[in-house]
Amino acid sequence: MIGIVVLVVALLVTVLAAVVISSRNGRFTPVPAAPQSSASEPSERLTAETIGAPLGELATLVQFSSAFCTPCRATRALLTDIAGRTDGVEMVEIDAESHLDLVRELGIMRTPTVLVLDVDGVVTTRASGQPQRAQVMSAISAASAGRPTI
Amino acid sequence: MPTPTQVDPRGLRVSATLTAVVLALVLVLPRDAATVLLTVQVAVFAVSVVVGLAYSPYAQFFARVVRPRIGAPEHTEDARPPRFAQVVGLIFTAGGLLALGLGATLVGYLLVAFALVAALLNASIGLCLGCEMYLTFRRIAAPRPA
Repeated sequence: MIGIVVLVVALLVTVLAAVVISSRNGRFTPVPAAPQSSASEPSERLTAETIGAPLGELATLVQFSSAFCTPCRATRALLTDIAGRTDGVEMVEIDAESHLDLVRELGIMRTPTVLVLDVDGVVTTRASGQPQRAQVMSAISAASAGRPTI
Repeated sequence: MPTPTQVDPRGLRVSATLTAVVLALVLVLPRDAATVLLTVQVAVFAVSVVVGLAYSPYAQFFARVVRPRIGAPEHTEDARPPRFAQVVGLIFTAGGLLALGLGATLVGYLLVAFALVAALLNASIGLCLGCEMYLTFRRIAAPRPA
């Protein structure tokens, strides 16, 4: 009898966890600017030097990956494809384990985590888990919004 | 640096599904049958961990019965995360078996239930719980720069 109760609870927990995790995966959420951002620096801004690659004119996709991370491969393939097809979008992959200082500073808790930077390197949105193409394209549009193209 | 061993991800999902079925049965069957079944599952995890993923009975079932019918995989995965997950599974199920043997039924069932949830999440949405915990562990465990 106890076993059946435990089983039912376990199944409910599983369904709940599956729904929550699936809905969070690949969802890009805005990164708020620092409270005192009247004239000072936005809270999270990465330079080309920090990420080890040039910033894109439209947006830069920064993917944090780690060794124990199966979805990282598919995410990398998707982001590389998008960066290759889209002018002004650059992509860089950062190994979380060899950049733990950056991981802590940016509050990276899972891999893959994708940060979308605007032309100045400001982190506009971020998502954890493997994203869909449409989600990434929307995030790029949001990052490049308000930037007049030359 | 040599390429880490690769595995067919579909085989992992099949193994996770079989594990989930076995562990669910352990929770509902009468004590003696449940203990036997749980011992079998512990042995399966142990074979995976000690001998290798490919040698587990579930993996063998996939290789001999399923894979010939579905052809080669589109891509393969690093074998290290699933192997780590098997170690975690072994710890929980062996702990559950020990608890049941000592008469701590609820504790035993709860340990089995944790392993069941992990196997179900892996089988259903491909989530690897051990893998998710890995980065958090590294953040805490690694020394901070001076």
